[in-house]
Amino acid sequence: MAPRIGVVVFPGSNCELDAVEAIEDLGGDAELLWHGDADLHQVDAVVLPGGFAHGDYLRPGAIARFSPVMEGVRALADAGGPVVGICNGFQVLAEAGLVPGALQKNRGLKFLCTTTRLRVETTSSALTAEAIVGDVLRIPINHFEGNYTCDPATLAMLRSEDRVVVRYLDNPNGSVDDIAGVCNEGRNVVGLMPHPERACHPLVGSTDGAVLLRSLLVSAGAKV
Amino acid sequence: MLFSVLVETRLRPGIADPQGATIERSLPALGFEGISGVRVGKAFRFVVEAADEDTARSHADEVTQRFLINPVIEDADVSLSVAETV
Repeated sequence: MAPRIGVVVFPGSNCELDAVEAIEDLGGDAELLWHGDADLHQVDAVVLPGGFAHGDYLRPGAIARFSPVMEGVRALADAGGPVVGICNGFQVLAEAGLVPGALQKNRGLKFLCTTTRLRVETTSSALTAEAIVGDVLRIPINHFEGNYTCDPATLAMLRSEDRVVVRYLDNPNGSVDDIAGVCNEGRNVVGLMPHPERACHPLVGSTDGAVLLRSLLVSAGAKV
Repeated sequence: MLFSVLVETRLRPGIADPQGATIERSLPALGFEGISGVRVGKAFRFVVEAADEDTARSHADEVTQRFLINPVIEDADVSLSVAETV
């Protein structure tokens, strides 16, 4: 049976259909989950997609973290289920405290919409289990507040526990230590600013995101 | 009783402030000299109804810590006064 991946829709999400399409192209069974429903309908994994949940008012993710669906997401994460936050989804995970650190305005104060090169730093995460350490992936970013920051103690912990999942080769936004994505202690919750779902078809210029979403499907399948 | 609350937030020391840095860099071109240490924050004003000042302060502190700031990157000062009745 194909793993069932829930893709959460907040008011203002705008990458949920890209995520659904990419997941289904890879053989997964994607299902949209409305943010107002705390019930995850027994999905095996959850994607928090990109966009501007609740208009990004106050701070990106600050209001979305209180949406009812986040109770279900937290329960799934606590049970070891794969949870991936992409772009705005990463901001929601950080605000919710499900991954460490915070995302602030890009260095240079520019909205960035470009293709970045990412280096896979660990294969011990729900998003990189099928990748190879050192793989360089071409994956787009599309954000204004993707400048990852955390205190020095947290950074030291992330490094010593091998929890930086992907790094930028050409740091576009000022993120500390070139960090593009991190995971939680259990390695089942991953947040990243780049959009793997937008790099899963030759027509869009790169298929390098497929290995990441395929990893998610494998992690979700392992849980079944 | 009604209490007027002012919450001022700013980035914690050591957290880069791209907006503040950009403003500071633009000052000399505009003829403003001798200004440094620019940090950009936010201010929230609201009214709390509570039996007494301590209760109002604890409500204001809680909403500030749980919602108005991200404690990973921001600090806040909360000030409170009895609201003038209209």
